[in-house]
Amino acid sequence: MAVSVDEAASTGPVRDRTPRARRFGGRGRSVLEVALLTVLAVVMLFPVLWMIETSIKENRDVYAIPAKFFDFKVTLDHFKDVFFSSGGGRSSLSVSFLNSVVVAGISTVLATVLGVPAAWAYSRFAVKAKKDQLFFILSTRFMPPVVVVIPIFLMYRQLGLIDTKLGLILIYTAFNVPFTIWMMKGFVDEVPAEYEDAAMLDGYTRLQAFRRFTLPLLLPGIAATAVFALIFSWNEFVFAIFLTSGDSVRTAPPAIAGLIGGTTVDWGLVAAASVVFALPVLVFAYLVRKHLIAGVTLGAVRR
Amino acid sequence: MGTVAAHGLRKSFGKVQALDGVTLDVPDGSFFVVLGPSGAGKTTTLRAIAGLEKLDAGSVHLDGRDATGDTPAARDLAMVFQSYALYPRHTAYENIASPLRARRCSSSEIAAAVERMSNLLHIERLLQRRPAQLSGGEMQRVALARALVRSPRAFLMDEPLTNLDLKLRVEMRTELTRIHRSLGATFVYVTNDQVEALSMADQVAVLKEGKVQQVGTPAEVYERPANQWVAGFVGSPPISLLACHAEGDRLVGAEGWTLPRPRWTTAEDGRPLLLGLRAEDLSVEQRGNASLSGELYGLEPLGDRTVVDVRVGAEILKVKARPTVTGTPGERLHVTVDLDRAHLFDAGTGLALSEAGR
Repeated sequence: MAVSVDEAASTGPVRDRTPRARRFGGRGRSVLEVALLTVLAVVMLFPVLWMIETSIKENRDVYAIPAKFFDFKVTLDHFKDVFFSSGGGRSSLSVSFLNSVVVAGISTVLATVLGVPAAWAYSRFAVKAKKDQLFFILSTRFMPPVVVVIPIFLMYRQLGLIDTKLGLILIYTAFNVPFTIWMMKGFVDEVPAEYEDAAMLDGYTRLQAFRRFTLPLLLPGIAATAVFALIFSWNEFVFAIFLTSGDSVRTAPPAIAGLIGGTTVDWGLVAAASVVFALPVLVFAYLVRKHLIAGVTLGAVRR
Repeated sequence: MGTVAAHGLRKSFGKVQALDGVTLDVPDGSFFVVLGPSGAGKTTTLRAIAGLEKLDAGSVHLDGRDATGDTPAARDLAMVFQSYALYPRHTAYENIASPLRARRCSSSEIAAAVERMSNLLHIERLLQRRPAQLSGGEMQRVALARALVRSPRAFLMDEPLTNLDLKLRVEMRTELTRIHRSLGATFVYVTNDQVEALSMADQVAVLKEGKVQQVGTPAEVYERPANQWVAGFVGSPPISLLACHAEGDRLVGAEGWTLPRPRWTTAEDGRPLLLGLRAEDLSVEQRGNASLSGELYGLEPLGDRTVVDVRVGAEILKVKARPTVTGTPGERLHVTVDLDRAHLFDAGTGLALSEAGR
């Protein structure tokens, strides 16, 4: 209970530094470890590297045999093609990227707005058959999308949601809400309910108590959860390809996939589109990493 | 004004009956202590009064008005939590100001009130710190200040001193009593520490397994425990209980001893009884007509006194003695009993026998 400020402040960085020194000092790493990690890194990163290389190669170099690793001419034409069509104006790929932003963004916001209060309720209140309800909520995620896409397609056809952004937003929200509830419930459980009790006795209503005292403590958790939801919606392929067909509605994953399959494939364009598509995910994944740490240390709040 | 009345509170958590018909009447301005072991339902009782717990049955009246369905905010009570529940992202100042902010007081009012509180509790230099930068004792004072900063109907305190070290606890005990006297407000104070209960309370309610065992002044609870359990729970060292029954003008122990029968007892012959003897009503040094013989079992020197454990048959008597007392285990001893201060309980029901004749 009575840890002094100095102690509390000093243990953090020290604990943080130990593994880093080990990593860079290299003393703790055996040759075998380094060799294995190098192999792993090469295997994992080669496709990414190749994708980036292809996206900046001229077409001549893309198709060159034997493949050119280093001495190719760098061009940004493929990236230009991603965003602009040959006749000027916006390309259909850029429209699909915008669709992805809209669909992923709105479905994530909806899932967060619906899921966070639900998680709070499941954490704080005595709900009847709470465990069963939570299991039921999670069970909606048990089925892989490919299994449920046909019935959903049939329902959407009845409702006129086929080939609409709204349709995709709804299905992604439906998929993200259970995930948000489960992940957020863990974060809410970590925040002592007594803060809200105290706030209510101070004279706040229950909702004010939640908003003023619990919600700020949940922000790192909300950020981490939202980023996961965003990545899911951003990457989703199966529903997108079954439920949409028009260029104006399509999201990026089916649009990029659509580039492959003609008699000739413009690999430079595919690679450039993939790089553009992957960037947000990489950025967000990096953010998740940071926020996950913040989320985990939330459990270190003294009680 | 600040009366708190709880009637027939019932609450269960799953299969556990936390409150089983708790009824309390807290008079205006009193220091009312709810005493009981952990799991007795003390905290649940307090939370029910505060409106934080939904009741299965029963009612809460504040100032004579039914407040059973009211929100915590509407009840106009202040509470100190065992964990203090200070808002971690707010400074001590903001923590103390919170009840006033909720009531939309002006910032000059708030500044004045917080200053008054910080003077009262000597926390002026802590105001800009966050809870993580405070020690347990300091957090406790800030939590207390947050409760005291306004004038609610009553103050609810949930084991506020439990997490403090002994020295601080004794200090805060005196300070809380002083604050209570100077405010003249109603305090409902929950604790499992009988010393706190006996030293601070105007009235004590002893709680066990969700039921009120006895309500009375500390002296009443200590001198006239309503049942065997209260007798055993209140008092340190614990009261010694010996199985016996009455036979004519004698009490005959299950272990073969006999004592004169106290004049006041009305128990019929042969009914199984428990004789309750407090350590200070027993003596190994004086000689009297009523005595038990046993052997020395152990010595527990406590500085100001020594507790002598005397074995009578299979039962142990705890006897308070001077700190200078010595002896070797196994040694034969006579324990003199002050029968006028003895307690008799029905061995079946555990209830105290009527002491009307005393």
